[in-house]
Amino acid sequence: MADAAVGDGRMLDVRIWRGREQGELVPYRVPARANQTVLDVVSWVQRHLAPDLAYRFACRVGVCGSCAMTVNGRPRWTCRTHVGRLAGEGPLVIEPLRNLPRIRDLVCDLDPFLERWQRAGGRFVATSTRRDPLPRITPDSRSRRAVDAGIECINCAVCHAACDVVAWRPEYLGPAPLNRAWTLVNDIRHGAREETLDRVGGDAGCHACHSQTSCSEFCPVGIAPTAAIAGLKRSLLRRLLGRGAP
Amino acid sequence: MNGGLLFLLQRATALLLAPLVVVHLGLILYATQGGLSAAEILARTRGSLLWGGFYGLFVLAVAVHGAIGLRAILGEWTRLRGRTLEAVTLAVAFLLLALGFRAVRAVVGVP
Repeated sequence: MADAAVGDGRMLDVRIWRGREQGELVPYRVPARANQTVLDVVSWVQRHLAPDLAYRFACRVGVCGSCAMTVNGRPRWTCRTHVGRLAGEGPLVIEPLRNLPRIRDLVCDLDPFLERWQRAGGRFVATSTRRDPLPRITPDSRSRRAVDAGIECINCAVCHAACDVVAWRPEYLGPAPLNRAWTLVNDIRHGAREETLDRVGGDAGCHACHSQTSCSEFCPVGIAPTAAIAGLKRSLLRRLLGRGAP
Repeated sequence: MNGGLLFLLQRATALLLAPLVVVHLGLILYATQGGLSAAEILARTRGSLLWGGFYGLFVLAVAVHGAIGLRAILGEWTRLRGRTLEAVTLAVAFLLLALGFRAVRAVVGVP
């Protein structure tokens, strides 16, 4: 095999979650490679040792957000996580994401995560048609910069898995949907700003956040949902005090 | 209850409590280290509008701040939701108010 040529004979101890809510960590031995990602390891196990291993991936280059898993206890995008850079000498432990129902092995049901995007008013409401002139938005305006800071989310659910409030409050919208809502609140073309703000307050929304910043810590693309949530709190406060958008 | 209003009240009472707690702790140190007896302390506080106002505000802020904080903890660690949660929150607030003002009356009230 071609990939056997680049190995140095070392083997990795890997433990992968097999089963659903009930299951176990099954040990595998995988050849160590230079520049090997966690997703490479999982794929090697699936191709050579366990053809029935269920896992998700698509782009392999950190764009699609499909391959997030729990690696050594931390939520990560596995396609961009190099095995060699993981701290510790122990076995590589790969499990499904936290805070989501498990379908099988490393595959989670993402419906509860995506449903929250809708609940948070994350759907863009157009205020003009293609025949209208394009609105002029200054790139360095405050609102546009707020949108830029959060718009590159890849929906990988790493923040959802990292958040303790999501674990404690089943109704909590979570970091990514609130981040999405914040980008819409700052989008001057969005036609339902007030409705989005209505949806993101209270015990299920931004006011439940403790600003523990796990979401920002683990976000693989460097977004800070904590800042977005703080922005929503500020906007709701301004509205409560009878002031408009900043 | 309105999440935004609770947020505002929680922050506003926190702002109030920060200096109040510092003064309160300083006062305890001053009174105990200085060797004031209970009778001497009461002689200074009884009938005092300043200390009555200070600790009255303290109790109000504690009742609001503590009840909202406890409400958040109960929402995360128990299944209390909706009206039950609001009722428990209000009960805690009124309990803190009653206990607090009883203490304020004992210290400031003139027998």
